[in-house]
Amino acid sequence: MKTRVVIIGAGVVGASIARVLSRYENLEVHLIEKAVDAGMGVSKANTGIIHPGHEDDPDRYPLRAKLCVRGNRLWYQWTQELRIPAKWPGELMVALEEEDMKVAEHYLELARRNGVPGVRLVDRDELLKLEPNVNPNAAGALWAPTAGMMSSPVAAVALTENAVDNGVRFHPETEVRGIRVERGEVKGVETNRGFFEADVVINAAGLYADKISAMAGIDTFTIRPRRGQYYIFDDDAGPKVRRIVHQTPTPTTKGVYVITEMNDGVMIGPTAEDLPEDAKDDTSTTREGLEFVWEMAKKLVKGLPPRKKVIRTFAGLRPEPPDGRWIIEAYDDPLGFINVAGIRSPGLTAAPAIAHYVVEELIQGKLDVKLTQKSSWNPYGRGFWFKALPREKQAELIKRDPAYGRVICTCRTITEGDIVNAINRMKRMGVKTISLDGVKLRTGVMGGTCQGAFCRVRIASIIAREAGIPLWKVTQKGEGSEYGIGDVKVLLRGEKDEE
Amino acid sequence: MRSEYDVVVIGGGPAGLAAAIKAKELGMDVLLLERREYLGGIPVQCVHPGFGLHYFGEDLTGTEFIHRFIEKFRGMGIEHYTNAHVLNVVSRSYWHKVLTVVTEEGLFEVRAKTVIYAAGARERHAFEIGITGHRVAGIYTAGEAQTMMDVYGVMPGKEIVIVGSGDVGLIMARRFTLEGAHVKAVVELMPYPGGLTRNVVQCLEDFGIPLYLSHAVTRVEGNKRVERVIVTRVDENLKPVPGTEEVIECDTVILAAGLVPYLKVIEKAGVEIDPATGGPVVNSYLETSVPGIFVAGNALVINDLVDYVVEQGEEAARGAYEFVKNGGLPSLRWRKLVKGRNVRLAVPHYLSDTRDTIVYARVKKPEENVVLRFPEIGKEVRLPFVKPSEMVRVKLRKEEIARAGGRITMEVVGDE
Repeated sequence: MKTRVVIIGAGVVGASIARVLSRYENLEVHLIEKAVDAGMGVSKANTGIIHPGHEDDPDRYPLRAKLCVRGNRLWYQWTQELRIPAKWPGELMVALEEEDMKVAEHYLELARRNGVPGVRLVDRDELLKLEPNVNPNAAGALWAPTAGMMSSPVAAVALTENAVDNGVRFHPETEVRGIRVERGEVKGVETNRGFFEADVVINAAGLYADKISAMAGIDTFTIRPRRGQYYIFDDDAGPKVRRIVHQTPTPTTKGVYVITEMNDGVMIGPTAEDLPEDAKDDTSTTREGLEFVWEMAKKLVKGLPPRKKVIRTFAGLRPEPPDGRWIIEAYDDPLGFINVAGIRSPGLTAAPAIAHYVVEELIQGKLDVKLTQKSSWNPYGRGFWFKALPREKQAELIKRDPAYGRVICTCRTITEGDIVNAINRMKRMGVKTISLDGVKLRTGVMGGTCQGAFCRVRIASIIAREAGIPLWKVTQKGEGSEYGIGDVKVLLRGEKDEE
Repeated sequence: MRSEYDVVVIGGGPAGLAAAIKAKELGMDVLLLERREYLGGIPVQCVHPGFGLHYFGEDLTGTEFIHRFIEKFRGMGIEHYTNAHVLNVVSRSYWHKVLTVVTEEGLFEVRAKTVIYAAGARERHAFEIGITGHRVAGIYTAGEAQTMMDVYGVMPGKEIVIVGSGDVGLIMARRFTLEGAHVKAVVELMPYPGGLTRNVVQCLEDFGIPLYLSHAVTRVEGNKRVERVIVTRVDENLKPVPGTEEVIECDTVILAAGLVPYLKVIEKAGVEIDPATGGPVVNSYLETSVPGIFVAGNALVINDLVDYVVEQGEEAARGAYEFVKNGGLPSLRWRKLVKGRNVRLAVPHYLSDTRDTIVYARVKKPEENVVLRFPEIGKEVRLPFVKPSEMVRVKLRKEEIARAGGRITMEVVGDE
């Protein structure tokens, strides 16, 4: 008989666990997500850095330190297998003042102890050669060449899709109402879509992991939202940075990053604002927060692109556990319940290692579930972009399907073919509501210079056609975020909408 | 699609259609490429009047206006593609540009002696104008909202706040009201309305819609859709004044906060950009700094009137004709047009005495009873008023241009 596993939360952490679990044939795995799609919570908005692993003190945070370094290595492999766009430019922790070099030296020592390869101090001259756009008055930097970056919601989606391809069942728009525990053992999960029987329940609910944990009777911690605000500049705006650049952390601030993100736009941020415990949805930006980011970034580099080249500002929330300690535990009571909670930075980096840790140490180790490998397991993702293909392949594709010859998002060169392909993949993955945000995540549409002003109506009409719903009912991210409120003339005449 | 043309026009809006028609009339071999699924550009989504007073001497709606051009264009059998995206334009030599084009029929490489770029402008969005808060559904640029309503038949919202009182914002206020929505406010950063007085009266006052001058929408709030906006008074430096916040409940925010020439493709081809217009630097032929690439319409400079856009399209076609017919434009001494007192922007940037040239300009601040002066050529034009929202259009005859040395200054001065 198969062991039934329910994972709560399809963020990068939950989806990574799902992918690792999908390798075993004696498991029945359900991935539950309250949003319309994977990657819409904590994973939706962050810096997207794959950290080298020299920022965690192995004495204070041994698990974090270990899993971050391991996660970094695993992402090399996973991003290739899953075709998640990623790059590995390395990272410079810049000492703006002479005394900051001591801080840099401290992290060099942590790098040595954590086994992070290639980390070394560089002086001002070398720093400016590595990164010509850094503040020329900086004293030097710590250079960590293994740092990389990617988009974390894209990763969450790719992981979920791959898990589903390997037999995991994905249940979006499914909200957990309770955890059923009988005689000290978990029996399943109550949701708005019915009861999911389970022998093992893994709580990877991000900001809400404390609430889920309390439902299982473990109410020993709270998760606080920590907000980070960002700017993104247009992809054609310079000056840019070649590497990931940030400041040596100080007791009061970790400082902001300046990076060139996956789509070639400079990104600066984040802030680190501790919000009240109940502000778990407050991803709003503020004037003060954005100003802070601007001032900090200005100190770090010689030049930022002009302000009028900002194409987006946004904020994301990180789940902050008490004392910054990740809560990755299996319990004796209730048996079968596993918390993967408070996964703050470097959680994105560590996610694959966390997944292996949960499966190998907790499920196999502590819970003593025997795992049998599938004879065939598909490690490969379906990532696909028309614009990334060579010209001959593009021509071939258009010949086969003219939809690839209709460029819908002209800022980013995304075709109708890409969009329809994404929609079909969403359906196959189990997404119930084909949302604008879901299509944006998978294709990059609406992320460019015009931010959708030219193309959103066309994308919405493609979704409407493919999903068989009226155009106005297409949503940005699920019910309550409809694109329009109805048909123009029907509303004016006060007639009932036939559809 | 053939592999070579005299002129490839990028953009099938008023500037592009006018350019293609004129080029064809002049006997050139023309290809027009439009990225949307239909020809006509922005006027297709403009069901309001005010189009064509200069060009046709009639007051037409945007759709009526552009229909005439589309009919004429079709009647001339000009080769064209819709859903055609230009990936890039490369200048291989003075004589040849190469365009890479994606259409549903395939991927094409096209050689062109000249290119007329008429791809229009894009609208500034919430992130560019300092609006903070939640990123929720219910925020649209005016153009997107117009397209939704007038092309796709979708109503964007019911309780509306409009940002920007230029003509676009004003006309949208009326449009929404006529469609049964409730426009709660039009919010304008400057101490004066951005649009024509006629439109303030006809679009706001006639419908009792409040206009907030010297105010900004500083924040949008909501859970999944807009629920309210925070409107704040701004001081003379346009900075929000703390303590003056006011909440307006609404479900929709419409941004009519200005346009920016959309130049992605030709910027990569290397054209020089004027920071004042946001468009390319051009000469009297509307030729950019890349020889044989011409530009017209809102891609050149943000225009008030479609009539000017059409005029520029035709002018660019004449430029392309000179280029193709004469084996390039004549070698000559260009006179730089220099911005003097109270002139914020002016095009063309370089003038030649080979042709009469229409100069389009905008002032920095409103003034009454002024003189527009070109001191080097001794030309003066008396104007009852100037304001930033209304473009100044003046024709310089080639004999006048010939009177200047290396530069021609344009300035606005008091009427003494």
